[in-house]
Amino acid sequence: MAEIEQKETGKKVLLVSSSPHVLESATSRRIMFEVVIGCVPAVAAAIYFFRLSAVMVLVTSLVVALASEAVFNWLRKRPLTIGDGSVIITALILALSLPSTIPAWAAAVGVIVAVIVGKMLFGGLGSNIFNPAMVGRAFLMACFGTMMTNWVAPASETSPNEPQQVQATSQPTPLALAKQPIKDRANADIPANLKATPYEVNQGIENMFLGRTSGSMGETSAICWLIGGVFLLLRRTITWHIPVAVLGSAGLIATIAWWSNSAVYAHPLVHLFGGGLMMGAFFIATDPVTCPLANRGRIIFGIGVGVLVMLIRLLGGYPEGVMYAVLLMNGMTPLLDLLTRPTPLGGHVRAG
Amino acid sequence: MPSIAYEKNINRRKFTFLRGVHPPQCKDQSWQLSVETVELKPGQEVVVPMSQHLGAPCQPVVQAKQEVTVGQLLGDSDAFISAPVHSPTNGIVKSVSPQPHPSGKKCLSVVITVGQNPAPRQQWQSLQDDTNGENLVPQEIVSLIRQAGIVGMGGAAFPTAVKLTANPKKPVDTVILNGCECEPYLTSDNRLMMESPGPILAGLELAMRAAGANKGIIAIEDNKPQAINSIFMEVKNRPNLQLAICRTKYPQGGERQLVKAVLDRAVPTGGLPLDVAVVVVNVGTAAAIAFACREKRPLTERIVSVSGDGVVKPGNYRVPIGMLLSDLIDYCGGLTDDAEKVLLGGPMMGNAAAILNLPILKGTSGVTVLSRREVRLMQETPCIRCSRCVDNCPLRLVPTRIAHAIKARDLDRAREYDLFACIECGCCAFVCPAKIPLVQYIKSGKRLANQAKKG
Repeated sequence: MAEIEQKETGKKVLLVSSSPHVLESATSRRIMFEVVIGCVPAVAAAIYFFRLSAVMVLVTSLVVALASEAVFNWLRKRPLTIGDGSVIITALILALSLPSTIPAWAAAVGVIVAVIVGKMLFGGLGSNIFNPAMVGRAFLMACFGTMMTNWVAPASETSPNEPQQVQATSQPTPLALAKQPIKDRANADIPANLKATPYEVNQGIENMFLGRTSGSMGETSAICWLIGGVFLLLRRTITWHIPVAVLGSAGLIATIAWWSNSAVYAHPLVHLFGGGLMMGAFFIATDPVTCPLANRGRIIFGIGVGVLVMLIRLLGGYPEGVMYAVLLMNGMTPLLDLLTRPTPLGGHVRAG
Repeated sequence: MPSIAYEKNINRRKFTFLRGVHPPQCKDQSWQLSVETVELKPGQEVVVPMSQHLGAPCQPVVQAKQEVTVGQLLGDSDAFISAPVHSPTNGIVKSVSPQPHPSGKKCLSVVITVGQNPAPRQQWQSLQDDTNGENLVPQEIVSLIRQAGIVGMGGAAFPTAVKLTANPKKPVDTVILNGCECEPYLTSDNRLMMESPGPILAGLELAMRAAGANKGIIAIEDNKPQAINSIFMEVKNRPNLQLAICRTKYPQGGERQLVKAVLDRAVPTGGLPLDVAVVVVNVGTAAAIAFACREKRPLTERIVSVSGDGVVKPGNYRVPIGMLLSDLIDYCGGLTDDAEKVLLGGPMMGNAAAILNLPILKGTSGVTVLSRREVRLMQETPCIRCSRCVDNCPLRLVPTRIAHAIKARDLDRAREYDLFACIECGCCAFVCPAKIPLVQYIKSGKRLANQAKKG
């Protein structure tokens, strides 16, 4: 609606538009680009640890995502929207949250659901309620559950070319290892001295931080997400409120649980570095379209995500809960916006 | 940069308010250029609109072919909220007719052809009369201000006499002098403070007396050290006056932000600073008050800073009110080849002029001509709810909600989100990465809402 009026003034044509007449140089596309740059360390780590299968999943996701949004634009006879860069982020986040063993066609299906159902059907960029990548992942979890939990260990020095395929049984992720003691405690059949303890998973904290552990492609390396997240914070692409609220609340609950019973609950760093919490705190929960507008709302949103993640991990049936926590809090965003609406300086406009 | 001695008339801390933005200041082109007096040439045309202030327009009291002299009354009004207009020159009235006006609509104006002897311009940097004006009572001061046709010269152009009329139900304890000039490019108030601090402070004291205030504070942004020094020299011997240095940030000069920063009082939405016992006066207005009360001088000239890459000779000019913009630009060497936008005011809140035969009004503080390099019209893209507009709005509004409600023609929702509290400062649109013209939506929305209320 930037109406431009040009009138002749004899020899000069003057431009007329509304104030303000100077604008900052940031654009939406640049913001998306910066988020993609923030993902680069994690993408590099995923390729380094999971080699060819990681590349397959990533490339397939990117291509199918761009294609599905373009096809949707064409079917709707609207201008192409893939230039805004948001679909690239959706593809990357979704791909990095999948295990590297997933067949490319399944990843493609997930991406199509993420882009079409998660974003385009709501009205395109800015109109969706739920994080599109998480919508796609939830769909895959529901429909292709076994494919989604076929974890492998990352490529190691002994088998540098292929990720080490262990036995036919799936390799447990650190969070699954952390879940075992909790399950065993509830199980009265196992004698006390045979119940699993968090000892093994506590030993793996350093590996979880650096990425030398099994899990989905992007979830393994906490340090990569931390680097990316700090980059985004420094560039002011995201604000500190959501990451601090998510990590703070999750860390607090993990610490309280660990203090209360360290024979059952894993060390808090296991929870902070394990699974998709780092990724979620900096890149998934901070998606601007699906989180509240006001800073107070964002803090409550982040606390909600952290609490829900820990509830699912400690008390729920799944070892990992970032996806569900984020989706649930996305649904709360409109309510949070209403409740945390800022009060203007001098109060609201009085009616009448 | 000269150092400022911290004595008791100057507050040690720097004042500021929350949020706001930092547009590039761009004041280097003109802040060092001292004020040049622009003389009218015989035969030039001068257009004095009947409405160059908030409130009721004046009725003309002269007619075509009448001879007028400088300072002669051209239009007056009986309404309370109004201010008379005077002639800036000697000459003959060419016509009394609707003429183009910076607001976009035509306005009834008195067009004067400058005569052979345009009167010599009086000096403006100091008052001849040295007395403190103690003999004037508040009602006399207000009456002199009204007769001189003084309005807010910071841009809002509210009749000053109305602002300073003492209201027994709402007493005033402080008068704040606004020397912040937060808009980029503008340097007229800066030069005024540097070159004629005497009349400014005399005007402040007269305003304090009229309003019944016992405290006067002069607020200046910290990017004007010379002005701070110049004012400080005048202030240091007067115990009831204080100098408050504010952090340079846009929109520090907005009166709500100023009152919050300096006094930490929140002006109620829909109300005036009067509701928190404060009156805010621009430094230019204060100088005009001094000349009006001591020398009975009507408001017929003002300092206008002309800058930007699109004008050949930027500078600060003492311009007769009513001089045509085209004549002023010619005086400044004309537009450059790559001039794209001519703004009346600064780039954050100024209005773009479509034609150049508009008069300089009492509230025109500057002319900014942006060149092609400085102008970037960008396409609007969807809102990604990044909330930068919410984070930077100095009034804590939710601009994206308001603008999108207006886009959907949902005026009730726009009003619910405090549409009418917006001061249109432009901070939101400045930071928006989606390049949504938020201020344009809000301006249109206000108009739509007012029309809906009437119809």
